[in-house]
Amino acid sequence: MAEGELRRTPLYDEHKALGARLVGFAGWEMPVQYEGIKAEHQAVRNRAGLFDVSHMGEAFFRGPDAEEAVQRLVTRDVSRLDEGQAGYSAVCYEDGGTVDDVIVYRRPDDFLIVVNASNREKDLDHFRDNTEDLDVEISDETEEWALLALQGPEAPDFLQNLTGTDLSSLKPFRFAEGEVAGVQTIISRTGYTGEDGFELYLPSGDAPRVWRELLDAGATPAGLGARDTLRLEAGMCLYGNELDPETTPLEAGIGFAVHLDKEQEFIGQDALRKEKEEGLRKKLVGFEVEGKGIARHDHPVKVEDETVGRVTSGTLSPTLNKAIGLALVSPGVEDKFEVVIRERPVEAHTVELPFYKREKK
Amino acid sequence: MNVPEDLQYTRSHEWVRTEDDTATIGITDYAQEELGDIVYIELPEQGDTFDAGDSFGTVESVKAVSDLYTPVGGEVVEVNEALDDSPEKINEDPYGDGWIVKLRVSDEGELLSASDYEQLLEEEES
Repeated sequence: MAEGELRRTPLYDEHKALGARLVGFAGWEMPVQYEGIKAEHQAVRNRAGLFDVSHMGEAFFRGPDAEEAVQRLVTRDVSRLDEGQAGYSAVCYEDGGTVDDVIVYRRPDDFLIVVNASNREKDLDHFRDNTEDLDVEISDETEEWALLALQGPEAPDFLQNLTGTDLSSLKPFRFAEGEVAGVQTIISRTGYTGEDGFELYLPSGDAPRVWRELLDAGATPAGLGARDTLRLEAGMCLYGNELDPETTPLEAGIGFAVHLDKEQEFIGQDALRKEKEEGLRKKLVGFEVEGKGIARHDHPVKVEDETVGRVTSGTLSPTLNKAIGLALVSPGVEDKFEVVIRERPVEAHTVELPFYKREKK
Repeated sequence: MNVPEDLQYTRSHEWVRTEDDTATIGITDYAQEELGDIVYIELPEQGDTFDAGDSFGTVESVKAVSDLYTPVGGEVVEVNEALDDSPEKINEDPYGDGWIVKLRVSDEGELLSASDYEQLLEEEES
C-alpha cells in the first residue's frame, strides 16, 4: 500500500496513540475502528462517541454573487435558510444525476458547503466551472479545518461542560460560533448517526487538544466503521453507495432536499421535474434479510429470477441484530424480493425507513 | 498475538489441533483480530468432504467477508453449531469455544509450526 501518498488529519497521532486501525479512505489515512465497531456503535447509541471526520471538504463561497452561485449549484432553496442555519442538499448534473450530497451553511458573510472527501476535487471543479460568470470566490479550506463529530444522547452534556455557548437553544440544523475548550469553533447541531449531537469545525492546529478534552469528558472514540453502521440504521445515504452520477436524489429518497419549485434555477432542475412528472426510474428501499446471511453492496436483487435492482449498502445492524440494507430497485417492486448473497438467493422484505429512530426527549 | 505452541497453522490463518485421526480447525487470534467483530458464519454440514485447501465456509465481520480454507482434507464429523447463534465466540476464544469444525483426516496437507506461523505474522506486520 502506498501509505506515503495518503493525507493525514491533524489527529493522526491521537489515533495512533489510541491503537486505532488505520485504513486508506478517499485518499486519507483514517481510523476505521479503535475498540471494535459494535462497541463504538453502542457507545454512540447509548452515551456519546467522538469521530474524526476532518477528511470532509470545506468549500467557502464569498463575494457579491455567493448566494446566486450556491443557489445554482444545490437542489435546496438556500434563500429559505436563515443566518446560522444549515441544510442538507444534493448537487446535480444537468441530467439529474448526483454529483454529491452536501451540507450548506448560511453564515453572516459567506456560505460554507461541506462535501464528501471522495468528491472534493470533482466538486470544486464542478462548482468553479459552473459559476465562471459570477462574482464569487470559491475557496477550498479543507486543510485549515478539523472536523469532529460528537454524537449520542450524552453529547449535549459533554459539550456544554466545555463551552459557554448555550446548547439548549441550538436546534437541529442550526449552528453558532463559540469557544470550545478555549478554541473558536463553528458548533453545528448536525450529524450522520441518527442521534442528537454536534459537528465541530475548528482550526486544525487546535484539534488535538479539543479531541483530548472531549475524550476526557467521557466520549468514546469511534471510527468510520461505526459511522457507516450508524448512518445505515438511520437510513442515511452514502455517496458512492446510494448516490452516484447514474442516480438522482429523487430516486435515492432524498427528495426532501430538492426544492423543484425554487425560483432561481438550479443545475438539474428541469431533468428532475421531468422525472417527477413521468415517474421515477428506480427507487430506494430499506429491507431486512429473512434467511441467513448479510447482504452487501452490489449484491443483485431479484424477483422471480429477474434482476430488478441491486443492494447499495448492507450490514448486520448492531442495534436490531438483523441483517439490514438499502437497495435501488425498479419502481414496481413491492414488499418482497430475493437478495443474491454470494450466488445464494435469500428472501428479504422491505421495511419503512429509517431502521432506527431515536426516542425524542 | 497469541500463537499456542501445541497447534499447527496455515498461511491463510487457520489453526489445527490433531488428535488421533481427528483435526479440530479454527481461525487464529490474528485472523479474528484482523476481521473485527464477527457477526455471521456459514458452516459446512456433517458428512461433507473436503480436500486440503478447499473453502469450507465463510466468516463475516461487520465490515468484511472472508473464506475459510481447510488445512487438511477429510470428512466433517462435527461442526460447532453454537457459532450459529454466537459467532462472537470466535473473537472471544479463537482457540477454545471458537473452534469451527472437526474433520476425520484423510489428507494431512501442508501445515506450519507455531514458530513458522509467528514468523509469517512478523512478515505480514512489517
